[in-house]
Amino acid sequence: MGRSIKKGPYVDHNLEGKVVAMNDGKTKKGVVKTWSRRSTITPDFVGHTFAVHNGNKFIPVYVTEFMVGHKLGEFAPTRHFKGHSGTKNA
Amino acid sequence: MARIAGIDLPKNKRGEIGLTYIFGIGRSTAQYILTKAGINFDKKVNQWDDDEQAAIRNIINSEFKVEGALRSEVQMSIKRLLDIACYRGLRHRKGLPVRGQRTKTNSRTRKGKRKTVAGKKKAPKK
Repeated sequence: MGRSIKKGPYVDHNLEGKVVAMNDGKTKKGVVKTWSRRSTITPDFVGHTFAVHNGNKFIPVYVTEFMVGHKLGEFAPTRHFKGHSGTKNA
Repeated sequence: MARIAGIDLPKNKRGEIGLTYIFGIGRSTAQYILTKAGINFDKKVNQWDDDEQAAIRNIINSEFKVEGALRSEVQMSIKRLLDIACYRGLRHRKGLPVRGQRTKTNSRTRKGKRKTVAGKKKAPKK
């Protein structure tokens, strides 16, 4: 079931604060390191780069306008499948 | 012969069923269209007169996206997912189920025919 529209999109509070501060010019622009994979990408995020944790390391994600409405975690895969042993693949 | 949205509808089917041969129209949409056009569901496709056909065409053109336009919309949505490289896009790229289904077994619709791996031993019988 989707999230109730009444509540609005979920964004972790500290992350939202950092992005707003960057947009207001209060802090320097740069990569935002975050563990908050569950945060929805809002239009404020567009044009910023986030380093999203995938459980192992931080994956840089440059946010474009098409990504709005998805979660940050969708862009940092947590599993990396290299193929089964014994399968010969070119 | 009724030709609607670039598709020849089957002549001898009830209107409600005949309309579902158009991509993008299922039973409930077909019923909605016929109700709005004031045509009995049971009337066969070849018994529709020109006015009724025109009415159906009108409703479909003004309210629904069907056939080519709908197919391209679906393709565009998938392409968007591929381009932004999100999880769903990656699953589309790999030809695996997109909505979190299991892949240990089943999901043959997405994965296609079984690809047998040479040299893989079967589980030993005891």
